[in-house]
Amino acid sequence: MKIAVTSTGRTLESGVDPRFGRAACFIIVDTETMELSVIENESVAAAGGAGISSAKVVIDGGAEAVLTGNCGPNAQRTLSTAGVKLYTQVTGTVAEAVELFKSGKLTEATGPNVQSHFGMDR
Amino acid sequence: MLHGFVIAVASGKGGTGKTTIATNLAHYVAHLGQKVQYLDCDVEEPNGHIFLKPQIAASHKVTVAVPQVDLEKCTGCGKCGEICQYSAILCIKESVLTFEQLCHSCGGCMRVCPADAIKAKQLEIGDIEHGKAGDVDFIHGRLRIGYVRTPALIKEVKNHIKEKHLTIIDVPPGTSCPVVEAVKSADFVLLVTEPTPFGLNDLKLAVGLLREMNLPFAVIINRYGIGNDKVEKYCEAENINICLKLPDDRRIAEAYSSGRMIVDVLSEYGKEFSELYEYIKSVKAGIDDKRRLRIRRKNNS
Repeated sequence: MKIAVTSTGRTLESGVDPRFGRAACFIIVDTETMELSVIENESVAAAGGAGISSAKVVIDGGAEAVLTGNCGPNAQRTLSTAGVKLYTQVTGTVAEAVELFKSGKLTEATGPNVQSHFGMDR
Repeated sequence: MLHGFVIAVASGKGGTGKTTIATNLAHYVAHLGQKVQYLDCDVEEPNGHIFLKPQIAASHKVTVAVPQVDLEKCTGCGKCGEICQYSAILCIKESVLTFEQLCHSCGGCMRVCPADAIKAKQLEIGDIEHGKAGDVDFIHGRLRIGYVRTPALIKEVKNHIKEKHLTIIDVPPGTSCPVVEAVKSADFVLLVTEPTPFGLNDLKLAVGLLREMNLPFAVIINRYGIGNDKVEKYCEAENINICLKLPDDRRIAEAYSSGRMIVDVLSEYGKEFSELYEYIKSVKAGIDDKRRLRIRRKNNS
């Protein structure tokens, strides 16, 4: 399955970006083949609606799960409508996050863990 | 008397005394028999009513149009989401999500929908109250908490501008969309600042905005006597008129803190507001002359 991890950089060694909507980029990882694709996040500096457009980007990228630090209500609503599973409060590198996910050590979020605009100016 | 003249009282920095100037000016000129209306366009935090103490006679709700999707008709083409610049509508698989709070009511989604599945529904963003504060016509807008459609509400408040009055608009602080909406189409802007580095910094931003918008303006220095002379030097260098200096007087602060008007409590300040009124009249006369000249030139050519 394909999962999307918010990332501060373009490699597996990059840190997990604590912001969902305003993450620097999304790394889409195929957990079977470990193939990656990197999507630069155009919503980094959006005036508003960054979480929603970011959610659309990862949904269109075919991700079935999202691993991130924090996710607000609009992004969470968008992801859940598309049936994408959400895992928040994930830290460490992207590679570590993927490993934790594969070993089933992450717990699925039941809702947003931060308010709207959390990722602004961070 | 001033008829059909619109003055906007603005500032880059918050807390410089916009409301103090706007309410006192309105109150003072009403006593002189001037027909005047006060419009509080600081709709996120209107507080002119604390000083003017109006009797509210009427109020009405203000709504904006947001999309409502008929999922029976929707074909899931996604065109609505593609045109929306604010992510307020989004097509996800078989379903369409709307985020009413983010919608700017452009109507784009309704136009591009090939299935005619999107209709406008009304979202309440705030209300407008009007009434009388003595002889001053009082109007203010109040934005609902958590709502971001500030300019839309300001526009509605400004729809109450009356032709035969001097209109005084209390503008929100800053230099962004709500300020632009509030000062737009004003005949003249009074920029209130204080003689401090903070006042000067934000005054420069406000001057930049007004010059960009091609609006004539003058500066009022409030709490004159504190800080330094850099605001004055800046105005001199930039050829900006300083039309009033209101001194740093503890009694003004005391009146303010108890919600009273300076011109009521400290009658000696009537002179300052009288001079400000005369200044505005001279500005209007100057603007009228220019207009006449332009019309004459046009007719001659």
